[in-house]
Amino acid sequence: MNIVVPVKLVPDLVEELEIDDGGTALDTTWLRFILNEVDEHALEQALLLKESLSGTVSVISLDGEGVDDVLFASSAKGVDRLIKLTGVDYGVNVNNHAMARFYATTVRILEPDLVLVGVQAHNDLDGSLGPLLAEYVGMPYVGYVSGIAPINGRCRVRKEYPGGLIAEMDVEMPAVLGVQAAESPPRYVAISRIRQAMKTAAVDEQAAPDLDTTGGPMVDSMFKPETAERATMITGDEDEVAGRIVDLLRELGKA
Amino acid sequence: MEYEAVKSIVVVLLLVVSFAVFGLRVYQLLWVNLQRGRPGPPYGRWIERIKGLVVYVGGQLRLFRFLAPGIAHFFVFWGFVILILTILQAIIEGLVAFADPGFVIPVIGEFGPLALLQDLFAALVGIAVVYALYLRLVVNPPRYEGSHRAQAVMVLSFILTIVVSLLVINGIRIELGEDPLADWRPVASAVGAVLSGLSDPTLEVVEEAAYWIHLIVVLAFLTELPGGKHFHVVTSIPAVFLRNLDPPGRLPPAPEFNGDVGVNAVEQFRRRQLLDFYTCTECGRCQDVCPAYASGSPLSPKLLIMSLRDNLIQRGVALRDGQQNGAVLESELVGDVITEEILWACVTCSACDQECPLFIEHVTPIVDMRRHLVMEGRMDGMLQEAMANLGRYGNSFGQSERARAKWTKGLPEKIKDARREPVDYLWFTGDYAAYSATLASATKTTAEVFRRADLDFGLLYEAERNAGNDVRRVGEEGLFEMLAEDNAAALNACEFRSIVTTDPHTYNALKNEYPAEINGGRPVLHYSELLDQLIADGRLRLGRELGYRVTYHDPCYLGRYNGVYDAPRRVIEAAGCTLVEMPRHGDRAMCCGAGGGRIWMEEGDTQQRPAAMRVEEAAGLEGVEMLIVSCPKDLVMFEDAAKSGGYADRLAVKDLIELVAEAL
Amino acid sequence: MSQDIHVIVEHLRGQVADITYVAVAAARRLATGTGGGVAAVLLGHDGETLAGDLAADRVVYIDDPALADFNPEHYNVILADLIGGDPPRCVLFGDTSMGAEVAGVLSARLSMPLVSRCRSVDAANGRLRFISQICGGKILVEGDIPEPNALITMVPGGYKPEQGRGETAPEVTRTSVSPLGSGRVAFAGYQEPKAEDIDISTTPILVAIGRGIANEDNVELAEELAETLGGAVCASRPVVDQGWLPTTRMVGKSGKRVKPDVYLALGISGAPEHVEGMSDSDLTIAVNTDPEAPIFDVAQYGSEVDLLDLLPVLIERVRAAKGG
Ligand SMILES: Cc1cc2nc3c(=O)[nH]c(=O)nc-3n(C[C@H](O)[C@H](O)[C@H](O)COP(=O)(O)OP(=O)(O)OC[C@H]3O[C@@H](n4cnc5c(N)ncnc54)[C@H](O)[C@@H]3O)c2cc1C
Ligand code: SF4
Ligand code: SF4
Repeated sequence: MNIVVPVKLVPDLVEELEIDDGGTALDTTWLRFILNEVDEHALEQALLLKESLSGTVSVISLDGEGVDDVLFASSAKGVDRLIKLTGVDYGVNVNNHAMARFYATTVRILEPDLVLVGVQAHNDLDGSLGPLLAEYVGMPYVGYVSGIAPINGRCRVRKEYPGGLIAEMDVEMPAVLGVQAAESPPRYVAISRIRQAMKTAAVDEQAAPDLDTTGGPMVDSMFKPETAERATMITGDEDEVAGRIVDLLRELGKA
Repeated sequence: MEYEAVKSIVVVLLLVVSFAVFGLRVYQLLWVNLQRGRPGPPYGRWIERIKGLVVYVGGQLRLFRFLAPGIAHFFVFWGFVILILTILQAIIEGLVAFADPGFVIPVIGEFGPLALLQDLFAALVGIAVVYALYLRLVVNPPRYEGSHRAQAVMVLSFILTIVVSLLVINGIRIELGEDPLADWRPVASAVGAVLSGLSDPTLEVVEEAAYWIHLIVVLAFLTELPGGKHFHVVTSIPAVFLRNLDPPGRLPPAPEFNGDVGVNAVEQFRRRQLLDFYTCTECGRCQDVCPAYASGSPLSPKLLIMSLRDNLIQRGVALRDGQQNGAVLESELVGDVITEEILWACVTCSACDQECPLFIEHVTPIVDMRRHLVMEGRMDGMLQEAMANLGRYGNSFGQSERARAKWTKGLPEKIKDARREPVDYLWFTGDYAAYSATLASATKTTAEVFRRADLDFGLLYEAERNAGNDVRRVGEEGLFEMLAEDNAAALNACEFRSIVTTDPHTYNALKNEYPAEINGGRPVLHYSELLDQLIADGRLRLGRELGYRVTYHDPCYLGRYNGVYDAPRRVIEAAGCTLVEMPRHGDRAMCCGAGGGRIWMEEGDTQQRPAAMRVEEAAGLEGVEMLIVSCPKDLVMFEDAAKSGGYADRLAVKDLIELVAEAL
Repeated sequence: MSQDIHVIVEHLRGQVADITYVAVAAARRLATGTGGGVAAVLLGHDGETLAGDLAADRVVYIDDPALADFNPEHYNVILADLIGGDPPRCVLFGDTSMGAEVAGVLSARLSMPLVSRCRSVDAANGRLRFISQICGGKILVEGDIPEPNALITMVPGGYKPEQGRGETAPEVTRTSVSPLGSGRVAFAGYQEPKAEDIDISTTPILVAIGRGIANEDNVELAEELAETLGGAVCASRPVVDQGWLPTTRMVGKSGKRVKPDVYLALGISGAPEHVEGMSDSDLTIAVNTDPEAPIFDVAQYGSEVDLLDLLPVLIERVRAAKGG
């Protein structure tokens, strides 16, 4: 089973977000790019499949700050091939359509059985990566997946619906699957393993094709939500806060 | 054949057999098995080591921490040293019986004062052993839980038999008028007197019987030694001699095997550690002081060492027999022999290490095995998250490094940026003081007090990372190195004269574990030490006598690890407070339960959390209204414990700095 | 080219999703700008009446036994045919487990631009505008809806479902399908969530816990509070993922939508995926040590105390209040 995991780095929301002077993009001076949280799950799921069925896992990423760390960490976790598309950076205006086109070129060459992507990323503005990529490489796509069991050229996936309902679907391989949660939480990889990987793992750098962002909207302004309707803050220590909460409940006849 | 000739032959046979058994066992255990271990760093510092032998083996210093058993052991130990000669006498006497039945070792055997000493010590050993038997059989304190009781009782009986038989032999010889030194042996004389009712031929038979019992039990004892709890008779001397002389706060370098850090087979320990495992006497002192054990976790430092010893011996046997597999060889050290819960339960408080009379290390093997777990990613979710946060943001709170100095908001003056201008004191805040919302006011108070003392100080701001003390003790060596490198780079770019921190964990790492060139010989101070100095120099004038009755909790990484006990106490006194000590204080202080990375882990099933026990201890003191701490984590842990224990209204938990600020 | 706005109806086991009503509300707004009508596109089997209360002008109903349950491949094929044939000005989907993946595939297949995470839309001076929320709700972006046609996926927050409900049933045009998917994706069945203990969607008092609860032991404290209040405990996704509570207690995009009288959010940051499940609560009180947490934008009352400090005290206070 050969699996490709195309990943996306996204701004870390732990950092305070600022909007740049142009007013249409995030100020990247202080941004930290980290691996999209559900991509971690996609990667974990790929590794779990590799471990139970053997095969290889390749990770593809665009270039940018933090990418090497992500690639080496993946290698330390057991990823076999690291591919970096150079010439495009997460920090600039790459939308998911463009990214899907980039990844499609590489995926076609790798001819995988499965492509696992994170089902969405918090900064998707033109749809999520998975279905776009699937269509560009001509594979079926199912998203919101939280379990994958390959059998005879197809795989039985668990697709999540609101309210905890799960649909089981059989998908013909090769396929692109949008992973919502891996079957077990993403593994921790010790820093010394990552440091080892830095010394031994090779990153296959490939020049990205030309940037084509058609398919996404143009943004003409970016802003932070109004904070006018913010909650009334209850101050004081926990005693006072508890007291006030009980009063509120009492007003509603709940306590 | 004559009886004497037979006696000589039998003695020779007994000697050959018992020494062969003993020798082979010792060869296997101490030569073959130890060779499998990893060589450690060179020892050196020989003078200090010799001193150690004198004080800790000869003086038995650490044993007196448990007073009565310590005294008893002292006499047994010295009794044995002194009685070695009488045993030698007995052996030689038997060997040469065919030629000279009345043989006495020349000079030594004819020296009256020595005879007196031997006679008295035989009696003292007897009394000590009876006390020890009483302790085992009647008192049976909880620290013996899990130790080999039958073995202990058997060996104690052996010793008792050896000294009693000696006294009987000597007594009869006196009674028969055969002993020219009779006047020098009052105890034996008394024993002889007791037996004086018997006829001479009967006495001779009894003497001969006592001789055989004496000799056989001595030799049985010898063969019993290797591999059991009494092996320390042999191994304690090299173990104490070769003990780790580095500061306790400096963990030895992480073992690495083909790039994998950590230990997952007993042979991967250092030889010195293997020797430790043999040396354990199962006395349970470590278990007695272990907070993890007391809180009902599956960790007992004693049982840990015993399991490691048993595993070492069993694997030694299996490997000697050329086995390729089998349960012993296939079982994993980490997970099967020592479970993950056991390893994660340790708070690395070092109470066990410090209590062990034979300097057996518990924290180092625990951390070595944790390192293996970390390599395999086997840790609970919370701990993983903490490590991931530390890797990404340099703090366990998962907040941006730029938020590190957020607590300074609202201070009247901006604190100097040590990266931009030289300062006298570089204040290394540590994660908790910097990020915990609960601690923001205490941290501000510290800044305020420093300012009042006219201190020239500054911060590293967002360049500071967690110092990595507990990261290292969790076993995430790579992460520790990364954090240390980042901090080193930041520190090297600054001009300062000393480092000060409020956090004992940070203090320990900076002082003991960071390469010397970073500090460049510049002192690392805990704020309690700095406050103490400032008060002594008159730079900080504590005008008000607060008059509180307080107690003080010694943080493990300040007290036990770094020996800072007096500075905080002097500060408390200077603030005009009366210090009432808790029963467990100073180097016996009990850990709050947060150390060794436990603060990042899920709590698990415990009967009572260490912090709760500790607060209970403080609350139990007559008239004490305040528990003073000198560690930010303690403030968090104990405030919480005081609240959940229902002590909040009569026991306030305060940071030392709050006391100082109030007294200013 | 038509100036109509299409809304793809999402339904699961005989129930139309709230997000479809939200999308219809947005569609109405857009239609005022384009001067076109709003058409609901419903794919199903024996489900003609499902679209009866949508505030649409007409319903395009496509019936086939294969459409009884959602299958993305069928949707892709049928909708590509329908939309590709006579492209409307906009096609609206829910940004959900169903809508998001169909919209994505169609965008690539039909080369139609796609705007996702759309919170609200506007039509002014001949321009159609969108506002989308990204970065966990911390950032809003605004722009023109691309011309001549565009696909849009909607998130809740901008419109109430009621705004998309109509008085009179729209007229239904029924067609049966010619093309279907080629069977690369086959629906195999449902796995029911574990037997329901409490239905949080009808519980009037909810104590909601998030990652801030820190560990499993503390969940008991929350249970205790809920019990004292006569309510139930629910949670954000991380708590459920840890296995500390069953899936049936999850609130949000992939969990339940709840509308309690009181929603006590403890240690929940307020990610949009969570907020969309609880934003209709009557009174939300949020406790979070991070003053910047977006949950405070949703809550009426908030506090920055540590929830672990608060819980024991609050339990006592509520007990006292109930007792006295
Ligand atoms: C496709 C998809 C679907 C999703 N569906 C859902 C869904 O249905 N429901 C859902 O909930 N999530 C869902 N998520 C996940 C969602 O994006 C967020 O990751 C999640 O809601 C965050 O949960 P949280 O607020 O509990 O955790 P965090 O975001 O980690 O927030 C924890 C908060 O607790 C606070 N805190 C920490 N300690 C304390 C303390 N001691 N006292 C007080 N406050 C404290 C912190 O300040 C922080 O704000 C989905 C994600 C995806 C990608
Ligand atoms: S270091 Fe402390 S917790 Fe760990 S084993 Fe020793 S006494 Fe127990
Ligand atoms: S390790 Fe030391 S203190 Fe513990 S039982 Fe063994 S000898 Fe006693």
